[in-house]
Amino acid sequence: MKATVRLQREPFDVAVEAAELTRANKDIGALVTFTGICRSTENDQPIAALTLEHYPGMAESEIERHVAEAIERWPLLGVTVIHRYGRIMPGEDIVLVVTGSSHRQAAFAAAEFLMDYLKTRAPFWKQVEKAGGKSWVDAKAIDETATERWSTPRRGREAAG
Amino acid sequence: MSVKLRYFAWVRERIGKPEEIVEVPPGIATVADLMAWLASRGEEYAHAFTNAKVIRAAIDQRHVQSDAAIKGAGEIAFFPPMTGG
Repeated sequence: MKATVRLQREPFDVAVEAAELTRANKDIGALVTFTGICRSTENDQPIAALTLEHYPGMAESEIERHVAEAIERWPLLGVTVIHRYGRIMPGEDIVLVVTGSSHRQAAFAAAEFLMDYLKTRAPFWKQVEKAGGKSWVDAKAIDETATERWSTPRRGREAAG
Repeated sequence: MSVKLRYFAWVRERIGKPEEIVEVPPGIATVADLMAWLASRGEEYAHAFTNAKVIRAAIDQRHVQSDAAIKGAGEIAFFPPMTGG
């Protein structure tokens, strides 16, 4: 079971990361990749760039804990999470989640679970640069709701597919 | 007790520094107590902790609630709700 968590300033290559997981385990029959990308507008105003601040050490350990939880909850055969920090331009990738499993249900569910947690529990903060200046992005209630749906106590593995 | 404090995003900007080591006076037992004490340390701290309810905290790099005890903490961080992903 290959699990990779990486925080980096540099861009990543989705195809390379996906291929690495499937190469590591030939029993993977379903691979889900999610890529979060920097949009060019926010509230109809153009964005010059996004700067991601993070809490070094805690960011890694929070993501690792949630990857461990995903492995506990779904029959995964591989997971990769890459989160960038620093200045990111519109159109550039910000975050990558890759989940591999024998069947699709577990891969889809685990990828969604990991993204929901990254949004609200991983210590990252987005600052947006527009013509009018810089401002911190506000947390969205919808992201909190999305995260909470995973916290219902469940027994054993789910969506074994 | 001496503890390292770390600030992120707009909490860091308002206070004007990313981290500091402070001597916490006796009687400050929880994260909420610490925020209230910090808010009394000056204008920039008062500004940062104006709406203390929205500020999140971590002790030794683990998320905690505001009623968490700070005894034995090596590093306490304060930051706005997270916006990663």
